[in-house]
Amino acid sequence: MRVMAQVCMVMNLDKCIGCHTCSVTCKQTWTNRPGVEYVYFNNVETKPGLGYPARYEDQGQWKGGWALDRKGRLRLRAGGRVRRLLSIFYNPDLPTIEDYHDPFTYDYARLITAPSGTRAPSVSARSVLTGREMNPRWGANWEDDLAGAPQRALADPNIVAMSERVRLEFESVFMFYLPRICEHCLNPSCVASCPSGAMYKRAEDGIVLVDQDRCRGWRFCVSGCPYKKVYFNHRTGKAEKCTLCFPRIEAGLPTICSETCVGRLRYLGLVLYDADAVTAAAATRDPEDLYEAQLGVFLDPEDPAVLAEAANAGIPHDWLGAARRSPAYALIARHRVALPLHPEFRTMPMVWYIPPLSPVADVTAAAGYDDTDPDAVFATIDALRIPLEYLANLFTAGRVAPVRDALRRLSVIRSVMRATQLGLDPPLERAVEAGLGSADVEDLFRLLAIARYEDRYVVPPAHAEEAGRLLAQHSLSGCSLESEGGPGMGGDGVSGFHLAGAAAGGVAGRDADGRLHLRVTQTSPTSRPGADR
Amino acid sequence: MSSLRGVTAFQLFWWVILPYLALATFVIGHVWRYRYDQFGWTSRSTQLQERRLLKWGSPVFHYGAFAAIAGHVVGILIPERWTRAVGIPENAYRWFSAGAGTLAAVLVIGGVIVLAARRLFVGRVRATTSPVDWVALILLAVVIVLGIVETVGVGLLGHGYDYRRSVSPWFRGLFDGSPDVAAIAHASLIYQVHAVAAWAVIAVWPFSRLVHAWSYPVWYLWRPFIVYRSRVAGRPNEPGTSGRRWRKIGVRY
Repeated sequence: MRVMAQVCMVMNLDKCIGCHTCSVTCKQTWTNRPGVEYVYFNNVETKPGLGYPARYEDQGQWKGGWALDRKGRLRLRAGGRVRRLLSIFYNPDLPTIEDYHDPFTYDYARLITAPSGTRAPSVSARSVLTGREMNPRWGANWEDDLAGAPQRALADPNIVAMSERVRLEFESVFMFYLPRICEHCLNPSCVASCPSGAMYKRAEDGIVLVDQDRCRGWRFCVSGCPYKKVYFNHRTGKAEKCTLCFPRIEAGLPTICSETCVGRLRYLGLVLYDADAVTAAAATRDPEDLYEAQLGVFLDPEDPAVLAEAANAGIPHDWLGAARRSPAYALIARHRVALPLHPEFRTMPMVWYIPPLSPVADVTAAAGYDDTDPDAVFATIDALRIPLEYLANLFTAGRVAPVRDALRRLSVIRSVMRATQLGLDPPLERAVEAGLGSADVEDLFRLLAIARYEDRYVVPPAHAEEAGRLLAQHSLSGCSLESEGGPGMGGDGVSGFHLAGAAAGGVAGRDADGRLHLRVTQTSPTSRPGADR
Repeated sequence: MSSLRGVTAFQLFWWVILPYLALATFVIGHVWRYRYDQFGWTSRSTQLQERRLLKWGSPVFHYGAFAAIAGHVVGILIPERWTRAVGIPENAYRWFSAGAGTLAAVLVIGGVIVLAARRLFVGRVRATTSPVDWVALILLAVVIVLGIVETVGVGLLGHGYDYRRSVSPWFRGLFDGSPDVAAIAHASLIYQVHAVAAWAVIAVWPFSRLVHAWSYPVWYLWRPFIVYRSRVAGRPNEPGTSGRRWRKIGVRY
């Protein structure tokens, strides 16, 4: 057993209202630069729909992720290493900019420089790639709220994979939102695809990153990722991807998408797993068993044997404490309400989703059922507005049972808590049938309904004592370039995230709201805007 | 330096000084680029912008270029007396040179025509082209076109030209310090221009995207699939010494 820790995210799709705040704040933080105009480390897709880039889930077309060869061994779906090197001059599986969208802007100056006339001046879209006028035909959010669905959404690979019966029920239309970031997989095919060895998984927290200095732009990570969450910066010629906001995670803060999520639907926490078991689990023969196989890789942080092994592996004590309090582990393994996105890609993704239930309750109520009666709800769960099979194609490689079980648990909590609040007899036996004890119901209710900031985000700060000590020395030694108005003042301070405040004479402390605030006592009028955050 | 007796200053410049200048620029330029500009060291692929032309142009050009490089190794680096010692008659060598060379030439020129057309006429690709890319492209085009005239026009269709008695001794001599200037100075003009343009490519190489040639990731065949890295304690770079980074918005790369 080789215990490793992974920062893991869970999103509760019941709560997502599709407001795109996460996408906007993510874009503002990471990708508002030339070359990555079309890049969304975080995007929100309306399902059913093609997604971004179009039909990325269809690995028959894009050849992302892993597959088993005839002998049952795990192989990159796009082919072996020799084939990779031979096709390096043209990657046959790379999406083009058309599959994302030709990024465009507007010639806003025209609004005020246009000659006076009888009509109000208007601006047309201009391609950022060429500067010429263009007509946008597809984009990151083109199919928001099922826009264009009658023409397009039936091509959603998850619908294509459905049987005819469910497909016809598409007439009674359904939809939900699916926010997506990089999955920071346990078995990342992008890392395995990178010929330069520039991509890596961090040993401490499992975050998958691209080393910008070692990337040579061979672009196999882009096609190797089945979620298409590695992007190619067309200005620098290097790959870029979601960083899980590692500077924030290192400081014990949630990612910017989590921090700004208005629906409070994201959870961040540690999951301990056995790194030696990952490859075997990813090579599970039946794709439908991959969900269970991945659960089998996770380790119970309450198990003393696991804790002892983890301590041996050098995982710090406070991280183990955080692992025990992890909302992600609770939702994924303890209560089994969260499911992985497309486990059949065999990358062991680590951003999990609680399937959407809300339309169910509405449908059953409309059908004359009492949604406090779980029997009635159970009976109708199979006749959901969102077909179970569709959810199963998304989350369990097609096996319906785990989705149904998760939805049952979600519905049972509602009826139990409702009865409790109204002073009625809570239907605890139903909860037991769904696999929940009364403590579980309490815990799930707390996590799903009333969890506060510090319950949703249990992110232990990185242990960088040694690095911090050296950095502090470095700052105190007084670099000549950092003097007032010196060239160092404009530096980005890539490594200085933690001690930015301390170096400037500020104080860092954790407030009652659980957030880390840096107070910079800065009086110089030339201080950089935003430095007082 | 006996081989330099009777050499004019003009010949000295083109056939001794220029090659050594180009080689020095090549070596020092690469050391500088590797140390300063890891961030800019990339193939600058434009497959994202355009794929249909690249699908044919790029593999054909690159594999043709490998064949052409192999041909140069045989023709320029291996002395004539070695092939003769092995028992290859001059006639057989010349037909092999013309035949295989023509095949490589067809591949390279075909690939270059597709790639150059793509770069010139596809707006999205053209927009990504920096000035040094144009310089490298034009120099490469000169080298390739002249190389094809030599191989096909002279070697295959013409009466042939024994570059192994003129160009090759001079080129090999550059590396042991005794370039045979007289040999190249009296060579055919096409071969002279071809050689000079090639030196220019060598000199431009470290400052252009051509550096990606040294990054062909053969190591990928052996390395483990999943790469883990640990954070290590270390001093941050002095500001301004960590090389090229992301540019400010609005600045060309």
